[in-house]
Amino acid sequence: MTRSKLTAQRLAALFLAGWMAFNYPLLSLFNLPARVLGVPLLYVYVFAAWGLLIALTAWLVERRKD
Amino acid sequence: MLLQLPVIIGAAFVYLAVLFAIAYYGDKRADAGRSIISHPLVYSLSLGVYCTTWTFYGSVGRAAASGIGFLPVYLGPTLVAALWGTIMLKMLRVSKTYRITSIADLIGSRYGKSQLLAGLVSLIAVIGVVPYIALQLKAIANSFSILTAYPETLARAEPASGMIFTDSGFLITLMLAAFTIVFGTRHLDATERHEGMVAAVAFESVVKLVAFSAVGVFVTWGIYDGFDDIFRRASEVPALFALMTSRDTAATYGSWTALTLLSMSAVMFLPRQFQITVVENVDENHLRRAIWMFPAYLLAINIFVLPIAFGGLIEFGKQGTDTDMFVLTLPMSRDQQWLALLAFVGGLSAGTGMIIVETIALSTMVCNDLVMPLLLRLRMQALERRSDLTWLLLGIRRFSIVSILLLGYLYFRLAGEAYALVSIGLISFSAVAQFAPAIIGGLYWKGATRRGAVAGLMAGFIVWTYTLLLPSFARSGWLPQEFLTQGVFGIELLRPQQLFGLAGLDAITHALFWSMACNIGALIGFSLLGREDAREATQAELFVDVFKHGSGVAGPSFWRGSAQVGDLITLVGRFLGVERARRAFERYAARRGNIGVDQLRADADLVHFTETQLAGAIGSASARVMVASVVKEEALGLDEVMNILDEASQVRAYSQQLEQKSRELEQATTELRAANERLTDLDRLKDDFMSSVTHELRTPLTSIRAFSEILVDNPEMEEDQRQEFLSIITKETVRLTRLVNQVLDMAKLESGRTDWRDERTDLREVIEQAVAATSQLFKDRGAAIELVLPDELPGVMIDGDRFVQVLVNLLGNAVKFVNPGSGHVKVSLTRDDADIVVEVADNGPGILAEDQPKIFEKFRQGGDSLTGKPQGTGLGLPISRQIVEHYGGRLWVESAPEREPGARFIFRLPSSLIALEEEAA
Repeated sequence: MTRSKLTAQRLAALFLAGWMAFNYPLLSLFNLPARVLGVPLLYVYVFAAWGLLIALTAWLVERRKD
Repeated sequence: MLLQLPVIIGAAFVYLAVLFAIAYYGDKRADAGRSIISHPLVYSLSLGVYCTTWTFYGSVGRAAASGIGFLPVYLGPTLVAALWGTIMLKMLRVSKTYRITSIADLIGSRYGKSQLLAGLVSLIAVIGVVPYIALQLKAIANSFSILTAYPETLARAEPASGMIFTDSGFLITLMLAAFTIVFGTRHLDATERHEGMVAAVAFESVVKLVAFSAVGVFVTWGIYDGFDDIFRRASEVPALFALMTSRDTAATYGSWTALTLLSMSAVMFLPRQFQITVVENVDENHLRRAIWMFPAYLLAINIFVLPIAFGGLIEFGKQGTDTDMFVLTLPMSRDQQWLALLAFVGGLSAGTGMIIVETIALSTMVCNDLVMPLLLRLRMQALERRSDLTWLLLGIRRFSIVSILLLGYLYFRLAGEAYALVSIGLISFSAVAQFAPAIIGGLYWKGATRRGAVAGLMAGFIVWTYTLLLPSFARSGWLPQEFLTQGVFGIELLRPQQLFGLAGLDAITHALFWSMACNIGALIGFSLLGREDAREATQAELFVDVFKHGSGVAGPSFWRGSAQVGDLITLVGRFLGVERARRAFERYAARRGNIGVDQLRADADLVHFTETQLAGAIGSASARVMVASVVKEEALGLDEVMNILDEASQVRAYSQQLEQKSRELEQATTELRAANERLTDLDRLKDDFMSSVTHELRTPLTSIRAFSEILVDNPEMEEDQRQEFLSIITKETVRLTRLVNQVLDMAKLESGRTDWRDERTDLREVIEQAVAATSQLFKDRGAAIELVLPDELPGVMIDGDRFVQVLVNLLGNAVKFVNPGSGHVKVSLTRDDADIVVEVADNGPGILAEDQPKIFEKFRQGGDSLTGKPQGTGLGLPISRQIVEHYGGRLWVESAPEREPGARFIFRLPSSLIALEEEAA
């Protein structure tokens, strides 16, 4: 129980981090007319942050089993 | 040419047939107890029902209009999924525990099993979700008309023709209605679970992902040369370049946040999401893993949205094209007929998935929470006579499905043409968001009351209707345009999209703000102002503390009354079918440890069981009404419920205390037992002591008395003999006195009443005094004594007389046991570390190891007590040991007669006894 409570809290922290990452003002920092490998910076940022968020969530959730 | 009307229709039918086959197989396997959906991956895929034609077609359109603006709707669910381990798990547990089968049931049940509230939620859900269904119909109809126009690539779908029966949209609606009915209402289940449907929905999620990605890959690498090529070419067009950043305004970010919040609530509270996430869940662990699997699916299906949008914009330009349909028109423009057909099937899968699950969920609500309560109220008499009502329930549900889909079609024809797909969907999202305060508040705040929930929902719904639904009608010309521009009755402050003059926000953000402000405000305000009744308090406790009450564990019982078992079984039989009811009760009886149904007692638990069974079929509010009709129920007052709750928590507290107490008691018992054993020991010792003392006293007394009598009886005894007898009497008297003194000494020492006169003492003097006192004994025995004393010795703070007594005892013992004539006793005083060690060593017979502890017991004498004459009182050593131990020292004997003769009695005094000024000097 303690373990799963801890995981729940870690996930909640991840939620907060994600909320920060996907909102003003952090979002506006990447709202520039630049391109990374040809792809607009804003798109790269959002998709990369999104992917990272999912990867971290997966890591937290699946880690408990070992 | 592949894309001809019969081929397209054929493909659609084949797809639906495959879907049905999967569902059929899934149901078959579920009946056999071997579920094919019991896997986190399947569960996560079925959650993908969130992605409808809105995603499949609409996202591209949205991206073409606002760039990244299509994404918050998927970021919201990703974020909120991280909280599912808390919020969703609670919803899941509550629903499983209380057999809740829809979002209306959840809210109604939480607020005192309120029929009014459940009905209200159902109504809002139907009205709110209808535009969403219209969106699916519109998308499928449009895709159909665009595809059938091949080889011409239409920029826009042709508006539906006037005649309703030749309109493809209408035909599609009817077909889907029939399909959903076959799918979802083939039989009635107490838990409302449809394993086959879930399997089919999961399959649909795979199809739409594959189809969309196929188009994405074709556009990105088939038409263009990778991502960078698309974005490079797009950036050369100023209008497209502008899409690559979002406008840096408060309104843009405000709308972004609003959409994130909306989608968070939608992904949890949309009727179809609730159906899949909660009702169809087979294992709580699946939810845990869906926390990342579902967002991963969302990410996967969104990767190609931007490339397709930009590719389409480059290909067709922005003007005059339906950007929503790029997924279809791009392959068509490049003559990729198979791919276009696949895209069509993908869109169909996205649309059918949503429609099937949504209408099933809605029909459950409409049936359980709108129609049944009305029927039960209005035509109770007629229903009473029917023994089997399952057909009625199924009938109502089928009718609901057709009605809801027709409503969707109606909205599509009335208002849908004026909007892009996403805009229609957002209207529904905003309606569903109205449930969030009542649910979240209900799950975490016991103080939320029914009146608060009703007021909040009403307020939110009215604002939603006014600011979003009615404007959508006005836009399509169904209401006068002045309604939008001038407000009701020309009052500008009431303009629906700038309510009270709030301008600068887009329609959705604006509506979300006002509706949520009113909703949450009313919920909190009315909850705090009013007072809840007993049933509400009960449900609030059960919901908020669901993890504490546990599932299946006997929680507090809130029912009091009387009922007949037969009535209850008949009642369940009417709604679930006689056979199933009988089986359910048999299982229940078996679980209770009874042999048969006839032995069941109609207690609170059975009534509760009946109600839960019914709740699965007709909703908790109706179930309560039905159960109340066959049982005599005593209404519990609020105070009583509070008492029961209080009792329950007190009982919990008591049982914890009890556990603690019993642990303490156990410990005390152990201690007591030990103490008792010790007491018994002491008692025995006392008895031994008494008998020893009396025995020891009697011996000298006997001889004194015997010799005195001889002297009295023989007055003319010879002088010599008389002298001898008198000296014996004197000796025995001395012995008696010594004995009495020692017994008194011992008693004093043991009770701690001895006076200790501690003063600075030189141990050497003590030893010399003792030797002097015993010198006569040594002379009599012909034994030698040797002293080994250090030249210097610090004074110690002890009672010198006591230690003389100790040494006299030791010396007396030693001399008693040495052989006459050749005895040798050595007394030595040494310092070991700082401690002072005194040793009295003799060359007598020694003491066997097993006897060594015994000689320190009272009245034990050294030597053979049977043959040898008693040579002492048996108290000397115990007394000496007491004295030494009083000073924190130790007295013991060392002897090994089998190796060398002699015994050494040693005592050791701690250095702490050494007088302070000596040590300093």
